[in-house]
Amino acid sequence: MIKCVIIDDEPLARGIVKEYLDALPDFEIMQECNDGFEGVKAIMQHQPDLIFLDIQMPKISGFEMLELLEQQPAVIFTTAFDEYAMKAFDAHAIDYLLKPFSKERFDKAVQKWKDQRGNLDIKQKTDSMLDMVSKHHEEHQRVVVKTGSKIRIIPVHDVLYLEADDDYVRIHTIEGSFLKKKTMQHFEDTLSPSQFVRVHRSYIIQIAQITRIESTDKENHVAVLKNNERIPLSKTGYPKLKAVLGL
Amino acid sequence: MITFQSLTSKKAIVAYTSWWAFWVFIHLYVLLGFNIAFKVAVIDSLLTNFTIYFLVLSFFYLLKYYQPQRENIFYMRIWTLLLAVFVTLFLNWLFKKIFYSNTQYLQFISQSFTIRFCYHFLMISFISLVIWVWNYLKEIQEGDTRKTQAEQLAKEAELNNIRQQLQPHFLFNSLNSISALAGSRPEEARKMIQQLSDFLRGTMRKDEQQLIKLEDELTHLKLYLDIEKVRFGHRLKNEILCDEESLSMLLPALILQPVVENAIKFGLYDTTDNITISVSSTVEENQLIIIVKNPFDPQTSSPKQGVGFGLNSINRRLYLLFARQDLLQTHSEKNQFITTIKIPQV
Repeated sequence: MIKCVIIDDEPLARGIVKEYLDALPDFEIMQECNDGFEGVKAIMQHQPDLIFLDIQMPKISGFEMLELLEQQPAVIFTTAFDEYAMKAFDAHAIDYLLKPFSKERFDKAVQKWKDQRGNLDIKQKTDSMLDMVSKHHEEHQRVVVKTGSKIRIIPVHDVLYLEADDDYVRIHTIEGSFLKKKTMQHFEDTLSPSQFVRVHRSYIIQIAQITRIESTDKENHVAVLKNNERIPLSKTGYPKLKAVLGL
Repeated sequence: MITFQSLTSKKAIVAYTSWWAFWVFIHLYVLLGFNIAFKVAVIDSLLTNFTIYFLVLSFFYLLKYYQPQRENIFYMRIWTLLLAVFVTLFLNWLFKKIFYSNTQYLQFISQSFTIRFCYHFLMISFISLVIWVWNYLKEIQEGDTRKTQAEQLAKEAELNNIRQQLQPHFLFNSLNSISALAGSRPEEARKMIQQLSDFLRGTMRKDEQQLIKLEDELTHLKLYLDIEKVRFGHRLKNEILCDEESLSMLLPALILQPVVENAIKFGLYDTTDNITISVSSTVEENQLIIIVKNPFDPQTSSPKQGVGFGLNSINRRLYLLFARQDLLQTHSEKNQFITTIKIPQV
């Protein structure tokens, strides 16, 4: 049996996927989910072979939900977004169904997935798709992280600074710090450059959190944050920060 | 025809200068015909024509910033006349100073006073006329450009409007719901097609400038809410509480629905709970007051974010209609986002 999970916030929209799936042999729907939170849980629990995922959903979008998963599942997007917005996906060979879609179109998408199943690069495909999506979307206003089974949405203005931590980025906020499996480059690209500055190979700080800049010796400087933490500025980071502050 | 934009001011200066150079030679030729010494004739023609050249140029340079109305052309005539008198007297005085010992020339000056005046007057009149026509045509052309631009902007706005009205996301999701219902519950599918059609028809038929009764806008709004309820099922509830008195008050068509749409989106996508959208209306000091409330999660979104494009365009419309910036206001109380619209009754 092929295990599936359907994630969509509209019950009727889930219904139609279910109806089309029921007509196909070998497919079993493990769970239907109302939102991304349920989605993450269901995916971790059932380890589905294929998920049907809506993009615009409450609290966290379909993309943000995928970012929270350690292991990327095979995805077919179901969305009412216009074709133009979805065009970019073609290159990544991840199929999308534009609502409303026909049974034939649905079967074709499933068949395409079946044909590609042998190739084990699905995870990579999803990863590169997510990377592209985050670059295409307007500047990020929030970061979604997962600690244990808890999902947190951090508005970017609550972020103090970001710190490189091996393969992860540690997001420091007033309420503690959270790990996210992304690169510093990713955050540098997606956060508003007027709000965040990469001041060091390992640090990105929110400008509004800086209270002063001090020099530790002739050549080295640190930025002192509102909570008195001191963030080192690199030789290239210091002039960059000064430029953004208009000094 | 000359296109006036293509003629740069540089080209105009060249044309103007060669025009005067031409007259310097004519002038010189005429003077030599009167047996005036060559050197004297050269000085005379150069001084005369260049005085006019610079005087007219500077005078009309000022006019560039003040294009006289067609009715005021009379005043221009007077100015040209005054300029001509001034130039003639000034040159007379100048030549008498320079050539005080040349009796033959002084005599010639006195004799040719009238003809010189006529020459100055004609020259200044002609140039002023050319400049005036030039400026006039240029103004017409600029007006045309402005008009084209304004028309283009209006067209773009209209197009945007249509796109906005069609709300593709809403439309396609609704169609998807109908598609789902068609299989299992065809009666409900038929009903929803009816509702969607009525809603779309209402959206298209309405002229945005038109004022309609709140009662009618509410009918339109209920269609919208019913469709959204089919889509989101039990998650979405609404309550509408309107004063009897307010129902007959007037408001611009399609103002309320986008605000409620915004509230629904904000409420549904910012929380995972069931939500209630409430709409209430009252009358205060001859103003229709409509309040729309939706829940949100203050932890994860600043209300500012939720105001978004939807409300900006409403605010802009209200400003265009009533010339007031304070008619649409939003604030939050605990986890409720509250939008208040005031509509002055004319």
